Amino acid sequence: MTISDLTHSSVDPVSPKINWARVDEADHFAETVKLYRQGKYDEDSFRRFRLQHGAYGTRMTSDYAMVRVKLPAGEIYPKQFEKLSKLSEQYSIGSAHFSTRENIQLHWVILEDVSEIFRSLAEVGLTSREACGNSVRNVMCSPLSGVCCDEKFDSTPYALATAKFFLRNPMAQSLPRKFKFNFTCCEKHGMVRMVDVGLIPEIRQVDGSEQKGFKIFLGGGLGNKSFVGHQLEDFTPEEDLLYTSIAVMRIFDRLGDRKNLARNRMRYLVNDMGWEKFQNLVLKERAIVRATQSVVTRLKVDTTPSKITRPLKISDETGGSAPDGYARWLKTNTVKQKQSDYRSVFITLEAGDITSNQLSVLADLIREFSSEGKARTGFVQNVALRYVHEDDLIPLYSKLLQSGLAKSGALTMTTPVGCSGTTSCNLALTNSHRLAKEIQRKFLELKLDDDDDLADSSIKISGCPNSCGQHGIATIGFFGGGGRNGKDMYANYQMSLGGRFDGETMLGQTCLRVPAKRVIPVILKIIELFKENKKSDDTLKSWIHRIVNNSEDSAVKSINDIKKILEPLIIPPNKDDDPDFYLDYGSDTSYHTKTGKGECAA
Amino acid sequence: MTQSVKITSDVDSVRSEIRDNSIRVIDVRREGDYKQDHIPNSVNLPLATLLSDDSPENVLKLVNSMGIDDETPVVVYDDTFGALASRVAWTLEWIGHSNVTLLETTYGNWKSLGLENDSKIPDVSKKDHSLNLQSDILATSDYLESAKSREDVILIDNRERLNYLEQHIPGAISLPYRTLASDDKILRSKEDMKRLLGNRGVSGNSEIITYCGSVGTLSGLAYYALKSAELPNAKLYVRSFKEWKNLQKPTIKQEDANYWDLSAE
Ligand code: HEM
Ligand code: SF4
Repeated sequence: MTISDLTHSSVDPVSPKINWARVDEADHFAETVKLYRQGKYDEDSFRRFRLQHGAYGTRMTSDYAMVRVKLPAGEIYPKQFEKLSKLSEQYSIGSAHFSTRENIQLHWVILEDVSEIFRSLAEVGLTSREACGNSVRNVMCSPLSGVCCDEKFDSTPYALATAKFFLRNPMAQSLPRKFKFNFTCCEKHGMVRMVDVGLIPEIRQVDGSEQKGFKIFLGGGLGNKSFVGHQLEDFTPEEDLLYTSIAVMRIFDRLGDRKNLARNRMRYLVNDMGWEKFQNLVLKERAIVRATQSVVTRLKVDTTPSKITRPLKISDETGGSAPDGYARWLKTNTVKQKQSDYRSVFITLEAGDITSNQLSVLADLIREFSSEGKARTGFVQNVALRYVHEDDLIPLYSKLLQSGLAKSGALTMTTPVGCSGTTSCNLALTNSHRLAKEIQRKFLELKLDDDDDLADSSIKISGCPNSCGQHGIATIGFFGGGGRNGKDMYANYQMSLGGRFDGETMLGQTCLRVPAKRVIPVILKIIELFKENKKSDDTLKSWIHRIVNNSEDSAVKSINDIKKILEPLIIPPNKDDDPDFYLDYGSDTSYHTKTGKGECAA
Repeated sequence: MTQSVKITSDVDSVRSEIRDNSIRVIDVRREGDYKQDHIPNSVNLPLATLLSDDSPENVLKLVNSMGIDDETPVVVYDDTFGALASRVAWTLEWIGHSNVTLLETTYGNWKSLGLENDSKIPDVSKKDHSLNLQSDILATSDYLESAKSREDVILIDNRERLNYLEQHIPGAISLPYRTLASDDKILRSKEDMKRLLGNRGVSGNSEIITYCGSVGTLSGLAYYALKSAELPNAKLYVRSFKEWKNLQKPTIKQEDANYWDLSAE
């Protein structure tokens, strides 16, 4: 008997169905890093190799990497949480980061340790393979798929099957550029029009029987230049899902721009060629794929329903009185599921960051409270426990309180998205990540999460024009740059208004540049203007929507009106009067822009 | 050179050696914790007691009073992932006691496995240990300053990554203490340890110096991690970064990045 025999006895009722990992990739990576350090591997090929395996570079150094672990369809199991908890402590900074694309990221990892992480991930079936680089990036699925009241059917199995099909598939190893799939549940939840391929489940009646399929949107995406995707056809039956995906990828592979790195996402191809021409090409190519591949290739969709078993309670904790803040949390962090008596519970994080300890707490809470025995990550740097029984909500909230995970506002404007910015990204001009946290802290203090008028709006922040923070689709979006007052520089954000990512997806309109240290007062001023001018059933989002569409008739009618009112707030003060203005958040030295080599195109 | 091949003692052999009364077990937790319960027959040497005066003469006194002579096999344990135990074990080694190992797991884990413990305080008769100072396992700041520039010297910082990024001794590599353990043991298996260190270029006959934040606990664990990977030429900079900073010796920082803002603490 050894210690190990004794301690490895806990068995989860639900464990991952798919093993995404291949442990030999760890050895291979370790070997390649050694060769690279010995100068036997040139810089460019090494970078491609590293990115293909899911390790990004880090700001101003070649000693560190960021490891982006894929969670296909956003699914994550207790054992995987525990492993990530350990890894963040051992190889990273004691925290991990939930991204906007259902990845979980470990930052400031020593390049030589990356292979150790791969090895450990393989023990719990996870991989970071093709999380970066010119490949099919993590296949996303709405965190509410399977529980959403408005969905036609659960698209999760299709997302998983798509991820499985393309992972390590030779067809997807050297695309002109990265390629993203987003599956969703319904129009409201998800981002199908801001991605290369977006899919909404749809059912149609054929000869009296139901046929499953999708509405597919192609050629959208955010970036230095953003585009809204186009719907391919009314209805794509499920048998055609894979053929359509392959057809689109083949066209992109063949015609995509491989030279001009700044314009090689598929959306540029669609835009240059014109939608109709692209659409025709896809339909023709699909006919060819269908004819030549129909026997061999099938998506392996596993639609066995998840087992839903309410975890046994050792002690009966229900019936206790609700702790302070419970009602506010219930309103702003939970969603009723289509399954009666169950809710999905979203955890509020700050810009997606979570401590090692909290990760292991989540593992326990899933075991204790989720009747599906796993969790789902979301689109806004967060994570949800689903299938929590109504009677278990108070005990769950009490447990969350103990571990600092009970903040409210997860599903409201008070939880902004902030890309990594100067905390780790080579291209960053500002500390967008910290700004997101500052806004959240201030807004929770002001209890703005409790304000129903603000709930459906969003704030998203990028540290440069590249849009990783998805500012373009936010109600109030920001991207960072440098501002100048005489010889003094300060962090400055371009603000846009009225972006949205639902059925009426559109990009926000540029309003004005706001210095970092004025962002909070400016947002508060916008809220004040809204309150003065709103109609009775308006939300901030609907009010701004009318303004950007020139259909508002109150005193504030246009972006320009807003701009004029805000302008006095953004005037740079004298440096001696207000030295803090010239420091970016998180920094005590004077602001200057400094960037290294970006890897987005690599 | 003191070179004990065995670095940790496994639970089963410690239990049988306790039954045979053939070892001395040292519990380095606080006195109050020890008094509540401990591994049967173990004696208490709170780390703080040792640190309040860790001159060779005083250590010798403590060792004698715990009934340890040159031949007594000693096993040390703590409830802090092995770091406190390591600091005590290293100190014994330093004054010339060669037969000292770490319990492979923590006291917390020992208890959670349901293994025996009690609150009896054993009768110990004083012994007489010789003093045979092993200066080659100790690095002083002066030594470190001159050794640092040598090609064959590797300096390892065992603090957490963020602290390292914020400030460290120039030339040090970062190997946070958490990296050294496995799921259930205070040190990973020899094979895993060798691979981890090998990837980092820590191998062969280099002289390796470890340091941590203040008193040489985390880096003490690393000292034993190195030995477990059959890297015998290790030294502990026992006064560590705290002294280095107080002496205003040079430090270096990872510039131009706000890594602290990625932490959720
Ligand atoms: C020109 C270079 C880059 C462009 C155009 C770019 C573009 C994007 C876009 C559009 C997203 C949004 C995800 C989506 O909804 O599709 C994204 C996500 C992200 N990007 Fe970048 N990016 C670039 C470089 C970088 C760099 C250098 C880093 C730093 C390591 C970085 C880190 C991230 C992160 C952390 C996310 C969110 C998480 C994720 O997608 O998994 N990006 N990027
Ligand atoms: S938006 Fe800019 S600063 Fe932010 S992660 Fe992307 S490239 Fe970096």
